[in-house]
Amino acid sequence: MTHQANLETLPRGLQIALALGFLALAAFPFIGSDFYAQMVARMMILGIFAMSLDLLLGVTGLVSLGHAAFFGLAGYALAFLTPAGEPVSLWWTLPAAVGASALGAFVIGFFVVRTRGIYFIMVTMAFAQMVYYLFFDNKVLGGSDGIYVNFKPNAHLFDLEDKRVFYYFTLAVLLLVYLFLRRLLWSPFGRALAGVRINEHRMRAVGYGTFGYKLAAFTLAGALAGLAGYLWAAQTGFVNPELMGFHMSAHAIMMVILGGMGNFAGAIIGAFAFEWLLHWFKDLPTVGGFNAGKHWQLWMGLFIVLAVAFAPRGLLGAAARLGSSKEREHG
Amino acid sequence: MDVANFLIQLLNSVQYGLLLFMLAAGLTLIFGIMGVVNLAHGSFYMLGAYLAWSLSSLTGNFALALLGGAALSVIFGLVLERLLFRHFYDRDHLDQVLLTFGLIYIFEEMRSILWGDDVHGVQIPALLSASIPLTENLSYPVYRLFISGVCVALALGLYFLISKTRLGMKIRAGAFNRDMTESLGVNIKLIHAIVFALGVALATVAGMVASPISSVYPNMGSQVLIMCFVVVVIGGIGSVRGALISALLVGLVDTFGKVLLPQLAGMLVYMLMAAVLLWKPEGLFKQ
Repeated sequence: MTHQANLETLPRGLQIALALGFLALAAFPFIGSDFYAQMVARMMILGIFAMSLDLLLGVTGLVSLGHAAFFGLAGYALAFLTPAGEPVSLWWTLPAAVGASALGAFVIGFFVVRTRGIYFIMVTMAFAQMVYYLFFDNKVLGGSDGIYVNFKPNAHLFDLEDKRVFYYFTLAVLLLVYLFLRRLLWSPFGRALAGVRINEHRMRAVGYGTFGYKLAAFTLAGALAGLAGYLWAAQTGFVNPELMGFHMSAHAIMMVILGGMGNFAGAIIGAFAFEWLLHWFKDLPTVGGFNAGKHWQLWMGLFIVLAVAFAPRGLLGAAARLGSSKEREHG
Repeated sequence: MDVANFLIQLLNSVQYGLLLFMLAAGLTLIFGIMGVVNLAHGSFYMLGAYLAWSLSSLTGNFALALLGGAALSVIFGLVLERLLFRHFYDRDHLDQVLLTFGLIYIFEEMRSILWGDDVHGVQIPALLSASIPLTENLSYPVYRLFISGVCVALALGLYFLISKTRLGMKIRAGAFNRDMTESLGVNIKLIHAIVFALGVALATVAGMVASPISSVYPNMGSQVLIMCFVVVVIGGIGSVRGALISALLVGLVDTFGKVLLPQLAGMLVYMLMAAVLLWKPEGLFKQ
């Protein structure tokens, strides 16, 4: 647990790197091709999703294996709210969709946050699969084929159908969520969540109602996951049950781990790294009749196993360990 | 619902419940004794079904396929434990979740490479393909009784092994206090390897015996994994007795739910889980 505490204060070098990263993202649509700009937009959306999970995983110490349920719920909410023939206003569908995810997270959270450790993992996964099958098995809810979202939401002030505008809108949301969560990390609420992670018994002994704090964290994380899911549905114009499946949840965990837990920057970096890797694996050529790209899951599986075995703290974890050991040398 | 129909549904729920028990028992044993969360447990079930399909079409003999498959799964479990899981006993649950998630991908893809992506059927062996008539229009397939029989036999074997044998005593001691047991001269590494292989074999055999009625298809592991989780959550983790009672309960709720409340059927088991969580957050029979 101690390995993530030192990540809450980002080393100066990392802060500069992050600022440069955001600048690079802002400049990207002018440098990269349309195809890659859309891919980066998708990465940013997943970055928001990964950050929302990090609030549970890295900050509160809750290993949720069902986070995709809330990502998907908001996406479906947008799909249901968008009529077949015309766009629908961003300004009420966004809060409505995020609200749907928050409500879902609150209800499920009410049952799951009273459990701990391995139980929490199993129960979050089971409830998320329940939501998955609810949509998968129901023709009314789109069934296994999913639903098309024919129009991007209408923002009135700007045109989200314009790919570049959508890109910058996503970037703005990413930045806002990042700043909000960083701010939250140092608020009394955020400190209480960190306290739950480090020692829940002690927090209760000191007089914190940890159930309420964990439920609030679970609900907030669900709402932010919904924000990402809404953007995803708007960007791809399509929702299907796979958005809520446990592969999606596990991918989100992988993103957070890959980047490094507990500081939100890691989640963004991890989302980018993971998506890039996925893209790379799917693009592998056919060698001697063996279609390596078609079997991307094999490479992804091997990568995950090796990463967990040899670099369990992720990219940023390794960087921060280097950084903090240097600081100690200087200090 | 008349008496015969009721009887059929009851037998079906017991059969499904016992099958779930085989899977959940392996999962809960591996967790209870080694502290390992295994998301890939469903993949062993899938492996069993594919082994049954391959071996029975290869040998033309279902019994031979069962024995061969069980032997292969034990070897597979031992190798997997030695190469991978052994190094993850002391890691936190998050690492174990990721490791076993990676394994799901590897197993899924290996299945696709080795066996393809089509759905296959496994022939019910001639000896067991009869039906027992209950009324004029209703009859019960012998094969389903066979599944229940295999599960009961294995459950009794498991019970005998754990509570009556020296090995079982060492297993229980190791789960209770690993360091103490080791210092008394028990080879705890060997015990862990045996328990792990046992868990794998239980899941694989479950997949093998279920294959003639469930057919053999990709992703069959993940659906069953969730049901296992539900069973373990309701029963209480680490408790084999809890797994048995909760598996039978889940079998009943699921089977009768499909008949009596088809609109709600998919949700009922989860409602049961939610109710148990409210009442006993650690399951009915937490150890």
